[in-house]
Amino acid sequence: MQELGKSEQSSLRVTPQGKGRVLIEKDLSSEEMVLNMGPQHPSTHGVLRLECKTDGEVVIEAEPYLGYLHRCFEKYAETVDYPGVVPFVDRMDYLASMNNDLAYCIAVEKLLDIEIPRRVEFIRVLVSELNRIASHLVAIGTYAIDLGAFTPFLFCFRDREHLLGLLEWASGARMLYNYILIGGVAEDLPKGFIERTREFVSYFRPKAVELQKLLTENEIFVKRTRGVGMMPADVAINYGWSGPMLRGSGVEWDLRKIDGYSVYPELDFSVCVPDGKFSDIGDSLSRHLVRAMEMEESLKIIEQCLDMMPGEEGFNPRAAIPKRIRPKAGEVYGRAENPRGELGFYIQSDGKSTSPLRCKARSSCFVNLSAMKELSMGQLIPDLVAIIGSIDIVLGEVDR
Amino acid sequence: MEETQANAAGESAEITTAKAVWQVVRDAFGEAVSELDANPFMPFFEVLERERWRDIALFMRDDPVLLFNYMACLSGVDYPEEEKLGIVCNLESLGKHGHKIAVKVKCEREGGAIPSVAKVWKTAEWHEREAFDMYGMIFTGHPDLRRILCPEDWEGYPLRKDYEVQETYHGIKVPN
Amino acid sequence: MGLLDANISKHNVLVTSVDNVMNWARLSSLWPMGFGLACCAIEMMATNASNHDLERFGIFPRSSPRQSDLMIVAGTVTMKMAERVIRLYEQMPEPRYVLSMGSCSNCGGPYWKHGYHVLKGVDKIIPVDVYVPGCPPRPESLIGGLMKIQELVRMEQIGISREEAIKKLDQKSLDPAQLIQGERKGALTT
Repeated sequence: MQELGKSEQSSLRVTPQGKGRVLIEKDLSSEEMVLNMGPQHPSTHGVLRLECKTDGEVVIEAEPYLGYLHRCFEKYAETVDYPGVVPFVDRMDYLASMNNDLAYCIAVEKLLDIEIPRRVEFIRVLVSELNRIASHLVAIGTYAIDLGAFTPFLFCFRDREHLLGLLEWASGARMLYNYILIGGVAEDLPKGFIERTREFVSYFRPKAVELQKLLTENEIFVKRTRGVGMMPADVAINYGWSGPMLRGSGVEWDLRKIDGYSVYPELDFSVCVPDGKFSDIGDSLSRHLVRAMEMEESLKIIEQCLDMMPGEEGFNPRAAIPKRIRPKAGEVYGRAENPRGELGFYIQSDGKSTSPLRCKARSSCFVNLSAMKELSMGQLIPDLVAIIGSIDIVLGEVDR
Repeated sequence: MEETQANAAGESAEITTAKAVWQVVRDAFGEAVSELDANPFMPFFEVLERERWRDIALFMRDDPVLLFNYMACLSGVDYPEEEKLGIVCNLESLGKHGHKIAVKVKCEREGGAIPSVAKVWKTAEWHEREAFDMYGMIFTGHPDLRRILCPEDWEGYPLRKDYEVQETYHGIKVPN
Repeated sequence: MGLLDANISKHNVLVTSVDNVMNWARLSSLWPMGFGLACCAIEMMATNASNHDLERFGIFPRSSPRQSDLMIVAGTVTMKMAERVIRLYEQMPEPRYVLSMGSCSNCGGPYWKHGYHVLKGVDKIIPVDVYVPGCPPRPESLIGGLMKIQELVRMEQIGISREEAIKKLDQKSLDPAQLIQGERKGALTT
């Protein structure tokens, strides 16, 4: 009897009571276990590694480990010239290359202080909004896969192919476009692009509603995401969240409105914030809802762009591109609203060389992911996947 | 409307607000901060007494006039000709006043240390780890200062201007 | 193999070699490991999804290396990831195939020169059977690469090594230049 009681591993505590009787108590406090997720894992979007300390099914702490896709972007930016950085910027957030290019070009143009032709601005906004929809489709599709629903993924990728087809038509590449250049765009839109985009908008509107019905109103989906991964607004701001993540916490903050870069001030669209009826503000479902609503807003912006775009007579998309890009000495922080949040570039120029002295990318995913520890505390292990999916990370941007 | 008036005076609204912000910090901390560099791209000031950087950060976050609740970016920078490393912080008052400013802090190139502001803005935690990873300056008071992107046993600090890549890593040849 | 064309409804007996049957079974159920690294992984996902539908070739990603025959190295392999890639490769059971997808895993791609943290080609650490060029490769070219793996499987026989199979495949391979010439001539005459 005594032997049994000595064993420390045993979760049963045995105390002799005399007369051959023993009291057996079940020790309910379990041991902590370290569980490793990734870097090769189907539902960690890319090569993220999470080291979870768990107590039974409950996560005590999940510590993300990054750097498995660190591709030395910042080193490269210092070795190639200003236009040469654009292809590398493309490869940072590979789901939204157009938006990345736009952010980088805005930063350099701020430093160069050049005037951009109006049609170029409209083309830029048009293609980046198209890319925003494509990016959100991947985010929603893979989020559905994370939670065990396969069909929405196929729906999303079916519609995304149409978008990729459009963007390929304009730029020549399916994913990494290298289309928006400093001071202009690579090519004018092809003939018939505007009509085809209109067709796409009318095709996609009902599909987005269908997707909403299929996924967002699905009870299993709501049960898995509602109230999971809550983030109050003030903590989110302190963590530096931006984009759909911050808006999911109820903060009405969109750089397209706040900074009003490019031609966004002329366009009529609203900043999507969950109203709290269908989701609890700040949970994973809210963040998903924001993305779903933003696709609708992007469609609105696209339609307005198509209507307002100036004609192509005598238009040269490369007219404003400087022959030699060598900005004055100075520093600049330029940023734009990416599908994942604020993408900023801190660029330092010494005024002599044609390549930046320092080019730091403030990536939205990197910052959003830094709250993982806080978000995962006390959650169940299955919910961890729901939380990671709702952050919508792209490892290329996290690690750069 | 406001902006056009400011332009008439020869400076943009951004610089005007930056000047006002800087004046508040100057009044509170005196000579610990430098003059404002009122350039049109990114107005900034430098923290000269870097031991007081955390106090300044806390003041800037909590002062009701400033309320810089959002740190947009923290970038490490190498200044080889000054023999210094530094950080550049882009701060913004999100949803409160909407003003922006940049702050620079510098330290020595070898064994330099900067007070960590990870407890002031949580964003800074990972950004400081990244700056440490890339440049090798120490952030005193940082809760968890480890390499973040490169492996733990990586040699050297890749973004320093005089960085030379190691020959092998765990038996794999590194340069092409 | 042309099994479907053969009139096998009348007779239930089919004469073939063991190699043929085995290879047919293997090449029609190539299971890659669901293992995405970078941009190419998105194209791999797109190839798996609705429009390109890899399942019609019997290719369906598995989550575990223990269940998979094929490793698609889709994206940049970094120094930090290299050891994990080796370990994943070692966890796969024989016979195993490796397809290197995209410039980065072929040779380092755009990160070739100054990418201090990028492995310049995954073939420095594991043997690669098929290289698919592109940055990222289109889904069609990934399918082309997978077809090449299937051809390689078809060439293998009991008792001959992978190297010999690759040599055989090399001898049997078509020069695309001639095909293109033929097509051009055909187009011109009609």
